[in-house]
Amino acid sequence: MTTATATAALRTAPPFASVAASAAAAVPVAAAGPAPLLQVEGVSLEYRTPERVVRATHRVSFDVHAAERFVLLGPSGCGKSTLLKAVAGFIPPVEGEVRLDGRAVRGPGPDRIVVFQEFDQLPPWKTVKQNVMFPLLASRSLGRREAEARALHWLDRVGLAKFADVHPHQLSGGMKQRVAIARALAMQPRVLLMDEPFAALDALTRRRMQEELLALWDEVRFTLLFVTHSIEEALVVGSRIALLSPHPGRMRAEINSHAFDLASLGSDAFQATAQRIHRLLFEHEGATQ
Amino acid sequence: MSAVLPTGAAAPPVRPEYERPLAPWTGTAVERPLPWATRLWSQGWLRKGLILAVLALLWELLARWQDNDLLLPTFGATAQALAQGIASGELVGKTAISLSVLLKGYAAGVGLAFALTTLAVSTRIGRDLLGTLTSMFNPLPAIALLPLALLWFGLGQGSLVFVLIHSVLWPLALNTYAGFQGVPETLRMAGRNYGLTGLRYVLQILVPAALPAILSGLKIGWAFAWRTLIAAELVFGASSGRGGLGWYIFQNRNELYTDRVFAGLALVVLIGLAVESLGFATLERVTVRRWGQQR
Repeated sequence: MTTATATAALRTAPPFASVAASAAAAVPVAAAGPAPLLQVEGVSLEYRTPERVVRATHRVSFDVHAAERFVLLGPSGCGKSTLLKAVAGFIPPVEGEVRLDGRAVRGPGPDRIVVFQEFDQLPPWKTVKQNVMFPLLASRSLGRREAEARALHWLDRVGLAKFADVHPHQLSGGMKQRVAIARALAMQPRVLLMDEPFAALDALTRRRMQEELLALWDEVRFTLLFVTHSIEEALVVGSRIALLSPHPGRMRAEINSHAFDLASLGSDAFQATAQRIHRLLFEHEGATQ
Repeated sequence: MSAVLPTGAAAPPVRPEYERPLAPWTGTAVERPLPWATRLWSQGWLRKGLILAVLALLWELLARWQDNDLLLPTFGATAQALAQGIASGELVGKTAISLSVLLKGYAAGVGLAFALTTLAVSTRIGRDLLGTLTSMFNPLPAIALLPLALLWFGLGQGSLVFVLIHSVLWPLALNTYAGFQGVPETLRMAGRNYGLTGLRYVLQILVPAALPAILSGLKIGWAFAWRTLIAAELVFGASSGRGGLGWYIFQNRNELYTDRVFAGLALVVLIGLAVESLGFATLERVTVRRWGQQR
């Protein structure tokens, strides 16, 4: 925990800190700030069932800056996972646009790596090391030798160096998610997309994974777009939280949470913010029903 | 909580807490080896070999009790005929002919099935094509096509290969397609996320993920092909004067060498067993079992 508290001050730095900050090339913060890395502008998403077309989100807009930990939070049915898939390029928006570095997103690509909730995201026929190498080779971004070196480096970072030659079915759920995170970070994506990555884990493992994710962020300063339905997880993991209302998903609020980490669980400010989020998310239900 | 308790039940007592320091573990070893008998019995080949030995014994007893070499030769006589056939080279030659035709038909069937299912996963019209063709031709026995094949391709290997393709293609295509459809959505998205498309996507994501289904399709196809071949050879084995195993069985039945008929049948069974336990079982062990896709 000592490292976590020592780095907590770092984590409270304004969300403008560039990815390059770790490379000691700090970008001076202009008054207006740099242009956002990821822009979601007026995005409406629909999905089709055999009987009807359902609107999942309606004209959602938000900006994500480099090295931000941006959380999409909302009850089930608010389209947050669909929104993440649209950013990943799996679902084309019916209106609006997703822009990465100013360029419109046209389809899935290795500059936006997704960590899914399900454990079957790791091909079972590849060992842990091959799994981490897989996107590097599939996207032809590195040769086999470099890919292997980088895979081992990242497996070491997530504490799985010993399990490099093991097949995924021999790992626990938490270890599988660690592999998925290592695989995503090894790609050095522009944005790391996480779709409720810890939801299928037990509570103790989930807490450790949150801690480890924050520690990794402290080292690498990647840009994160994180989907969750847990207010507590949003406050701990995120530096900024977007609240979405359900049916269809619309933006309700954006809230700063860079001041909170696992150490602030249960503090008065944390509780107050959690209460506020809860009120913002659920006050409508009482009014309409 | 007290409201939930049945009336009259006392509140549970408040007991003292405790903490105890844990000394390092010095007891018995955490892992210990299994007894040798258990380890030996867990060998699949031993259990299967035992089953074969019991079956052979039953056969021998039945044949001795029945005591008619023309109807049911003993296990010993069959083994002898088999050994003689192999020693004289006759059975070896016949088997080689059968196997070479079989492999040609099997390989062509597998290739076609793969092409058809790849088309089916990538386009909707391909899916409809596969669905319609399999429901039309899968129930059609390959042997029923033999007269037609003879008409088209003549009395050569061509007609045999044609019926073999027919017997392999449909069950394998059906299984492979079912396997492709069963590939988890997450895995598909992961593959597309890394920029895989087209044939690379099929080969690097769909095929390995669907391998359990593909392997069972390959097994079914192999069995169908073997069956079809022997049956086809029984009907017209002497294709251009060179008959295979089925022809061997047919010829010896005509000459009432029942022990040789049994030797031929035994060889068909033995080859089937060998392919299953050496070929497919090995393939399964180094792939789907190692990957935890199959127990």
